[in-house]
Amino acid sequence: MPETQVRPEVYSAGSSNQRIVNDLSIQVATINGSGSQTANTVLMRSLFQMGIPVSGKNLFPSNIAGLPTWFTIRANKYGWTARKREIDVLIAVNAETAREDALALEPGAAVIYDEPLNLNAVRSDLHFYPVPFDKLVTPICPEARLRKLVRNMIYDGVAAHLLGIDFEEVHKALNKQFGARKAKAAELNWNAVLVGKEYAEKNLPKTDPYIVERMNATTGKIIVDGNTACALGCVFAGVTAIFWYPITPSTSMIEAAMGYLKRYRIDKETGKSTFAVVQAEDELAAIGMVIGAGWAGARAMTATSGPGISLMAEFTGLGYYAEVPAVIFDVQRVGPSTGLPTRTMQGDLLSTAVLSHGDTQHPMLLPSSPEECFTMAGTAFDLAEQFQTPVFVMTDLDLGMNNWMSDTFEYPKEPIRRGKVLSAEDLKRLGGFERYRDVDGDGVGYRTLPGTDHPAAAYFTRGSGHNPKGQYSERPDDYIRNVDRLALKFKTMRSRVPAPEIIHNGSASVGLICYGTSRCAVEESRDQLSRKYGLETSYLRLKAYPFGPELREFLSRYSRVYVIEQNRDGQMLALMKLEADAADIDKFRSVCYYGGLPLDAHTVTEEIVRQEGL
Amino acid sequence: MSTVAAQPPKKVNRIGLEVLQYKGAKSTLCAGCGHNAISERLIECFFEMGVQPWQVAKLSGIGCSSKSPAYFLSQAHGFNAVHGRAPAVGTGAVLANRHIIGITVSGDGDTASIGLGQFCHMLRRNIPMIYIIENNGVYGLTKGQFSATADLGATLKTGVVNDLPPMDCCLLGIELGATFVARSFSGDKRQLSAILKAAIAHKGLSVIDVISPCVTFNDHEGSTKSYTYMKEHDEPLHAVDFVPAFEDISVEIEEGTVREITLHDGSKLILKKLGKDYDPTSKLGAIQAIHDAGESGHVVTGLLYLDTKPPNFADLLHLVDEPLATLPESRTRPSREAFDEIMDELR
Repeated sequence: MPETQVRPEVYSAGSSNQRIVNDLSIQVATINGSGSQTANTVLMRSLFQMGIPVSGKNLFPSNIAGLPTWFTIRANKYGWTARKREIDVLIAVNAETAREDALALEPGAAVIYDEPLNLNAVRSDLHFYPVPFDKLVTPICPEARLRKLVRNMIYDGVAAHLLGIDFEEVHKALNKQFGARKAKAAELNWNAVLVGKEYAEKNLPKTDPYIVERMNATTGKIIVDGNTACALGCVFAGVTAIFWYPITPSTSMIEAAMGYLKRYRIDKETGKSTFAVVQAEDELAAIGMVIGAGWAGARAMTATSGPGISLMAEFTGLGYYAEVPAVIFDVQRVGPSTGLPTRTMQGDLLSTAVLSHGDTQHPMLLPSSPEECFTMAGTAFDLAEQFQTPVFVMTDLDLGMNNWMSDTFEYPKEPIRRGKVLSAEDLKRLGGFERYRDVDGDGVGYRTLPGTDHPAAAYFTRGSGHNPKGQYSERPDDYIRNVDRLALKFKTMRSRVPAPEIIHNGSASVGLICYGTSRCAVEESRDQLSRKYGLETSYLRLKAYPFGPELREFLSRYSRVYVIEQNRDGQMLALMKLEADAADIDKFRSVCYYGGLPLDAHTVTEEIVRQEGL
Repeated sequence: MSTVAAQPPKKVNRIGLEVLQYKGAKSTLCAGCGHNAISERLIECFFEMGVQPWQVAKLSGIGCSSKSPAYFLSQAHGFNAVHGRAPAVGTGAVLANRHIIGITVSGDGDTASIGLGQFCHMLRRNIPMIYIIENNGVYGLTKGQFSATADLGATLKTGVVNDLPPMDCCLLGIELGATFVARSFSGDKRQLSAILKAAIAHKGLSVIDVISPCVTFNDHEGSTKSYTYMKEHDEPLHAVDFVPAFEDISVEIEEGTVREITLHDGSKLILKKLGKDYDPTSKLGAIQAIHDAGESGHVVTGLLYLDTKPPNFADLLHLVDEPLATLPESRTRPSREAFDEIMDELR
């Protein structure tokens, strides 16, 4: 539960004479490619700088320019930053969607809109603020080609005035966005903000209840997207090889990584790179290169999304069976097939857990915040090398590409762990080794790297049947011994992957289980269930697969356990059913959302209330 | 007077290793398979070049050819990967450790059918690696289907005629960026040895297409990849000799009959003219020679194309000299100051 939560929330939409402070969602409806991102970021950052918890979510089409796009900012004094289903303030500047957007609002919402759209004719139960954007922008922006961009800043000025956002913070956010090198552009845009402010002061008397006030809940926080956080995690985990193929929504992770690697990982003396980044010809090649590099000792990773995961299946099986470290980030989007490429889903869990033919099992880490993206990237590399196997980090588009408020990350405390690798000195002492012998009883053998300077270093890696020495074998006993050892290795991982977050509520008979980005909505939903419906709940958030012993223990304590996830089929629930005690299987209830938008609390609450018969 | 005969000194190479240390496991391929002859040449060449076996990484895909890395250099790491995807694995491996000598052994199905995409992109990148295609025109392990390198009009044992044009991996290599392209015949010991040694000395991608007859499924009349066909249609472009850098031999060059090419490590390729003069530094000349031979039903062999100038992929990426694989944490994890700087930017 967020630390900023201090008292129960008021749920009524509110009448016009009631002030609603620091609890609102703003939706900006624009056109893809119209340059509204800067204006939206400035608006979000201004609220953040006023100390109000925020999130920013971009709902965008699979398109370069021209199709509608919506940016949603939620500011909430209790720290609830999941998507809010209801929009409180609509900024409508896209003629194509304005009418529909206005019709979708709850009564009492505020609408800042482009005057010619005549939205006030659509309905009468909203607070309307018409703004003649074109008339206002022309005098301050003589260059016609810039007007489309600068125009957006006017709605920042109008919104800031109406909501009571501190204009000093707007100015600061704007300067940060443009940087010192673009001072001229910053000035032009600031003038647009002021034009909006002046217009609103003179012409738009405030009638809606939404207002913001300075608070102190963002000190020490950062705003970052999950893809950048993953990239940073890799860079500070000592990644040395990145192989990738562009795919939404994972591309920006690699681009962020490249940026940081170029800044911080060029050898000062020689000017040469301590990393290789290769844009591969497809996902098959990308994962193949990761496997080759991991085999040869690099810390290698790739990032992809569902279609890429499908293509990586064969190599993943090789990595599992030949026991080669690899780190694969799956920034999940809506499938199957091309699906909705710019919408979010937790849709690849089931297929990734057993990706590839034959008996395979793969560990998955399940970050729910940028902080966890950062730390789990490091954990993924350590686990991949310690267990000599592909490790998947399952994020999603919502986490990867949207703006999240986060605590400042912590510099890694632990040294990089490279697992059981024998050096030439080790070999001198030992005389030799058997690659696939379980010396330590944990299922993990010792490996050597190609190029190790010792005649006994070599072994043969193969995706075909092999004995402990790595020699080709079709013998049933060799095969069984080998795959049983792989199963033991996976079992060993249960206690080595991140343990779940658990909140036992003494009076609860209902448990909620979720993972990844469902966290925000479920945390808020628990609060709603408790206060509005008197339903106390306990909570378990999975951070990894395979499951640890905590899951079984949690299931045994509660009579009904809701598994909340963002897919149609209850994929994580299916994985849990495979392992749950027979007595606990009937306790499972499924709450699935799969519309492609980030999960919101009311959707979760309503479904649990329905199933509980409250 | 001693009655015990003096033991002859063991033959060792310049780094003091015996040839035994370059051998592999016993081959499980058919007796007489061309692939076994290629493995034999590789053993000799790495031995004679004095390469430490444990500095070599052997890679392969799937198929008869791809089994062969187990049959040479057992003291080298080997990786028998998935079908058609050894180029990707090899790319990752040589970037992780640019000091290892990568050698991939593939086949015609592995390279020209399932692996064509990866093969082409490996060519574009000039990966520092030796890439051998053991080319017999058929799938052996699945018992004799045509591969994509089968010639137009060639027949299977069953009488089935191939009516699709062949992929020529050397043409692709020349066109797409390989910097060393050769074709040879598993039955031509001398030529194949010289080419393999030169490939070991070359610091870019060497593509060597070796016609390597399948004695079980494609050595009959009507095959264009049989021993008989190759003996009758092999058209060497030149006689190839290789003089390693460590052998201080001065070569007498007869004006107009010999081309001498110096490789990256200072070793030399001596190409003696056989009939027409052939310039292996000309892309167009090489492409022309392959097409001309194809039209007359011949197979040109020898060093088709060589360009020692382009940077290999590790150089192109400006990699540090040390292997990325074993860089210490002090060089791979940026400092706390760097971290704080980034956090400040995100505030």
